[in-house]
Order: sequence, then C-alpha cells, then structure tokens
Amino acid sequence: MTRTDGTETGGAPAPLMSGQTAPTFLGVPAPRGVGHLRGSTTFPKAAHDALQNTQLRRNLGHATQVIRTKRANVVGELDDWEQLRLAGEAMKRSTMARLDEHLERLEREVTARGGVVHWARDANEANAIVTRLVQETGETEVVKVKSMATQEIGLNEALESAGITPYETDLAELIVQLGHDMPSHILVPAIHRNRAEIREIFLREMPDVDPELTAEPRRLAMAARAHLRKRFLRAKVAISGANFGVAETGTLLVVESEGNGRMCLTLPETLITVMGLEKVLPTWQDLEVFLQLLPRSSTGERMNPYTSAWTGVTPGDGPQRFHLVLLDNGRTATLSDEAGRDALHCIKCSACMNVCPVYERTGGHAYGSVYPGPIGAVLTPQLTGIKDNPTLPYASSLCGACFDVCPVRIDIPSLLVRLRSQKVEEARAHSRVPSAEAIAMAAASWAMTTPKRFAAAERASRLGRVLGRKTGRIGTLPPPLSGWTMSRDLPRPPAQTFREWWKSERGGK
Amino acid sequence: MRIALFITCLADALFPDVGKATVRLLERLGHEVDFPAAQTCCGQMHINTGYQPEALPLVRHFVETFEPYEAIVAPSGSCVGSVRHQHAMVARGQGDEELARRAEAVAERTYELSELLVDVLGVEDVGAYYPHRVTYHPTCHSLRMLRVGEKPLRLLRNVRGMTLLELPDADQCCGFGGTFALKNAETSTAMLADKMRNVLDTGAEALTAGDSSCLMHIGGGMSRLRSGTKTVHLAEILASTDAPAPDRASAAGAGVPAPGEQEITSSRRTPAATGGSPA
Repeated sequence: MTRTDGTETGGAPAPLMSGQTAPTFLGVPAPRGVGHLRGSTTFPKAAHDALQNTQLRRNLGHATQVIRTKRANVVGELDDWEQLRLAGEAMKRSTMARLDEHLERLEREVTARGGVVHWARDANEANAIVTRLVQETGETEVVKVKSMATQEIGLNEALESAGITPYETDLAELIVQLGHDMPSHILVPAIHRNRAEIREIFLREMPDVDPELTAEPRRLAMAARAHLRKRFLRAKVAISGANFGVAETGTLLVVESEGNGRMCLTLPETLITVMGLEKVLPTWQDLEVFLQLLPRSSTGERMNPYTSAWTGVTPGDGPQRFHLVLLDNGRTATLSDEAGRDALHCIKCSACMNVCPVYERTGGHAYGSVYPGPIGAVLTPQLTGIKDNPTLPYASSLCGACFDVCPVRIDIPSLLVRLRSQKVEEARAHSRVPSAEAIAMAAASWAMTTPKRFAAAERASRLGRVLGRKTGRIGTLPPPLSGWTMSRDLPRPPAQTFREWWKSERGGK
Repeated sequence: MRIALFITCLADALFPDVGKATVRLLERLGHEVDFPAAQTCCGQMHINTGYQPEALPLVRHFVETFEPYEAIVAPSGSCVGSVRHQHAMVARGQGDEELARRAEAVAERTYELSELLVDVLGVEDVGAYYPHRVTYHPTCHSLRMLRVGEKPLRLLRNVRGMTLLELPDADQCCGFGGTFALKNAETSTAMLADKMRNVLDTGAEALTAGDSSCLMHIGGGMSRLRSGTKTVHLAEILASTDAPAPDRASAAGAGVPAPGEQEITSSRRTPAATGGSPA
C-alpha cells in the first residue's frame, strides 16, 4: 500500500546508502527504584507461588479461554486478516525506522493546535512533569483513564507521595486499585479476581457502597458506576495514556469499552496524556489498519465501543489545557537493537497472553512487570536491560502460539532466543567463573562436534542403565535433572544406540 | 530416491527404535537410506538456551555432514525446525555469512518425516497396519515452525486397523520446551498435567507424535502416573505392517503393548470425528 505522502510502507526500511552515517542511539535503560518493570524475585520462584494459587489457576484458565475463543471467532470473519497483519507489521517497521522524524512532527502539530509537549527521558522525569502539571492546577485529585505507560512508571505512587489522589476509572483498574493490588494482564488487569473477590473488595473499600451488594456482575458494575460518577463530575484534571498518536495532525487516540475514557477525556479542564514514544503513527490512513487489528485481537470485538480522538485544544469544547508527555524509559535503548526493536511494534492488545500456556498457568504477577506474558518477556528485559530481568526470556517453552496471534507479527519466539543469548553473553562478560550450565554447554558442544567424541559420550550415558533396571524407567536424578524427575520418568538408556545398530546391521555403510 | 537420515541425538541415544522404524519405512517404500556416520546434533539445545557461539561448530558440522545429500529426513519436527529456522541465523549472528548461505541450502533439502512422505515422495498411504486406539499430538514446532498441518493426520488416517481419536486442545504445548522443562520445571509440569488429562480423556492406548522429545516428556509423565497409556512415534506406526515381526525387538516398535499397559475401560473409548476408520 502507499501512504498519502507517497512513500511505500511495505517491507523493511531501506538500507543506508554509502555516504550516509549510521544512526546514533543514545538510549539508556529504564531506571531502577521507580515504576513496575522489575519483580522482587525470579520468574521460576514467582511462578512457584502462583502455580499453587488454585483460585488464580481457575480464574485465569477460564478467562483466557473465553477471550481467545472470542478473538478466534472475530478474526475468522475477515478474509484479509493475514494481509492486515502484514500491513501492520510493515507500517510499524517503517515508522520505527524514522521514529525521530515522526515524533518531531507530532510535537509540532500538537503545539500548533494549542497543546504543550514534554519529553521525559525516563520514569522519574515523567512522574516529576505530571506531578508539577497537576500541582500547577491547584487540584489534589485526578481521574485516570486506563494506561499501561502510567502503570509502567508508577505514576500513581508518585502522585500519592505528592499529596495528589489518583482515581482509576476503568472498572478493572478500579478493582486493582481498591484491592491495593497490581494489574496482572494489560487488557484485563483484574483477570486474577473473580466476582466474589470483587464484591469483597468493593464492600471493604468503597465508601457509601450498598451493604447488600451481591456478586451479580450487573450489581457490581452499578456499584462501580455510582462510585465513579461522582469523581467524573468533580474532576478538574484527567490523566490518560494513548493507543495512537497521529503525527500529521497531532491527534491522540484512546480506544476503550466502558465510556470512562470518554468522560475523562471530555469533562475535566486539564488533560495530561502520557504516551510511550513508540505509539506514534505517521498518518490517519494508518488507523485504517490498526483500528481493525486492535479490537479484534484485544477484546475479541469487531469494533471497540468508544474511540476518542482529540487534537490540541478546541475553545469552548473539552479540556482547555492539554499536555502530552512523550515517554522514553528504555525505548530508545530498545530501538538500538535492530531485531529487538520489533518488540516496540506491540500495540498492547494482549492476544499473546491469552494464548500463552505459561501465562495461562502463572498469571501476570509472576513476570514482575506491568508487561507480562510473551510480549512482556521480550519487552521488559529490553526496557530495563537484560541484567535486571535475566529469567524472563526463559519463561517460555517457545511453542510459538504468540506469534500466530500477534496482530503486528512480532516474532516473539525468535526474540526470546535472541535475548537468551544476550543474557548468556552478559553473564560471560561480567563473571570470570563460568556457570555450571556454561561449562555443561561448552562440554556438550565439544563432545558433539566430532562423531567419535559423540559416540563416546553416548556410551558414557549408558551408565544410566544401572538405573531403572527393575522397572525400565528412571524416577529420580540429582539436580539439575531433578527438575525433570520431579514429575516425569526418564526411559532407561537402550543397550544399543541407533548408530551402533546401524554399524552392526549395515557394517558402517 | 537416496535419502540421508538425520537421526537426531535424542533418538540416537535414547530412542533407537524410532530410527530403525524410519529406515524400515523408507526402504519398504523403495528408497535407499543412508546414515552419514559423522552426524551428531543440530545444536538446538545450545541455541535455545542462549549459547550461540557454542552452537556454531555444531551448525558447521551439520552442514558439512549433510551437504552432499539431495534429501535429508529427520523423525523430529523440532530438530528440522532448528535446521530450517535457526542454523543460518546462528551462522550470521556469529559473522559467518558463507556458512549461513550453505546452511540455508542444506535446510531447503531437510524434511521432517511427514513432509518428506507427503510433499517429496507424494505418498499418503504407506501401507501400514496398526490395530490400536491412538491419539495424535501435533507438537508445537511441527505445527507452528514447519506448518506441517494435516500431513501427519493424512498419513495416520490411512493406517489400517487403527482408530484415531481426537485429542482435545491438541495444539496446546505439552510443556517440554527443551531446557524449559528444567529451568521452569513447575510451570512445565502444570502444562504437562493438562496435556496428560486430555490424552487420558481420549481413552487411547497410545499417544503418537512426530517428535521423540515431546513424547519423552508426555510419556515420562504418564509413566510416572502408571497411566496405562504409552507413547509411540509416528515413524513406528507408519513402519508397522501386518507381516509377522522378524524379531521381538521390532515387535515392540510395532506397538504391541507391554503387559500391564492395557488398562483402559471401554466406556471411555470414543472415536473422534476426525476419522480413524480403516482405509
């Protein structure tokens, strides 16, 4: 396809011509000590706890199954779904190749239409900017539209420590906030809660809630509505994220299902939007593709109920002060890896989570980041640097289900493998003593490079025949193989390997 | 056709019957099978655990060993997936463009067993006979890396005497994932539990697949539970015929269940809609 400005959007960015200089990337990782990109423990340890939470296992199993069936149904309706995915991938790739130009265009257009653009290099800067902007209004409370970027930087905590009360208005985010909890899914943040738990949270945390509240979904929604309505009507400041920022007109977009976003984006006097750098799109025409890809992949709907778009400030209509905070927080660092940058193509639909067999069993909290699941396992370690999230790239069986549903065709399994290499190389560079695993891998490589050594290694493994003599199966092995035998037998090695059989049968033909 | 067998390190060391069955099957179909003795391992374990410099000599060794052959077959979707999708990437990542090109050329001639049979040899009925109730797990890398699709099922539906039972949630990973099964042993086990539940729900005597690794995983779990359901590689089913087995060793390969492995109640045996009636 061709854009309105005449440039081709298909395929990879053009290679640098001779005489051009390679781009310089100045990115730094997202800082430590702020925001929610680092867990307190490793993935296997966090998963150990999550796997024992029977309520979580049932809720997640049910919810992911329901969403993925819905998605499969609406995706199946479109004959051109694969072409849409290819277009989405190509558009994201070409946009990333000229991200600086698109962002500067966005800044110019927003400014020309009465908005103010702020550049935040990391979570600390973004939190400071937003806090200052709220303080300048003299208000002490804000309403919030569900936003991953503000969860990523820990904005709520920053506002609270400055004496400002943020109210989440998305129903699931409200449940998470009232439950003093963290989101465990980027679309359905309270996916780990069920109706009974939500009723309990509302009864405990909502002032003026009807004490007769039942766990009936409609009653719960009505309670949330009554609670939120008061806040919408008195709010003077709103904070949102953005699904897309259109550079050519300086327009921001939020897609949502509940109408809370529309309330926040239209009623208050001041609107502050925090948008990750990667959310920019060059033109309105690009939305033709992305507004088809996103709702079907995300909620499994043909179209989301509310799509709000706003451009700067319109006198007499909507917020009269508009601030756009452009957030880096490790994104430029991610962009500097020419394969790894594909993770920035993510439009936060969460389809990969709903099909991931690991996510389905551990839930989102085990990943220690606001971005869980397959995309989180490739995005988070790049935003923070691999050193701070070394176990996330291994939180996958590489089954590939995530790639098949990704609306922008991010090759998550290949990125996981790439990040595993980075983790190993990072460990090599920072430790003079190789790990036991590194020694085993080097030994295996040495043994497997010649058939003689390999056959010798196979003969050595036949020592395993002393095990399982009676039953024909091996039930216990020492660490690290005990991880296998905790739940699985291993077959007893055969008396003759295949290559020995071939040699004896075919005489080494 | 002269076909080079890449046995894979796992089948060589632990599941030689899978290799023997592959040889028996291809020779029965009139092809010449060669076993390049220099072969070792595709290096997937190194690559997927993050050890690409260590994988490079294995990639080079694979390319050098199999370069002379016009067709290479492996009884493993996963190992063929590594050859096809990772070897050139590893060579390129380590700065060896020439090796990358050679790896790509070899990868184009490297096939998973069902691909070789259906796409290259053009056969869907291999004349097999396997009088048992079997369910089929498609394995992730065959399904989503190689996109073998229905090929293994087309081969299985032509096996005489066999009842093919549909596996619920068949496309879900069994939780093996190479070193994932060790590094995230508990999550892997949670995935395995659901896979085993689905396999046992079919009431099949045997679970089949195109990968010894996934079968070792699911089979290891079912063995631990003494579930009375065994695993059998696709090659072993396709190699079975109604001719009397020449010796006891290959009789085991032909899927005669060991004593004590036939404990499935008849009420749970429900033939699947996917077919399974004898050809």
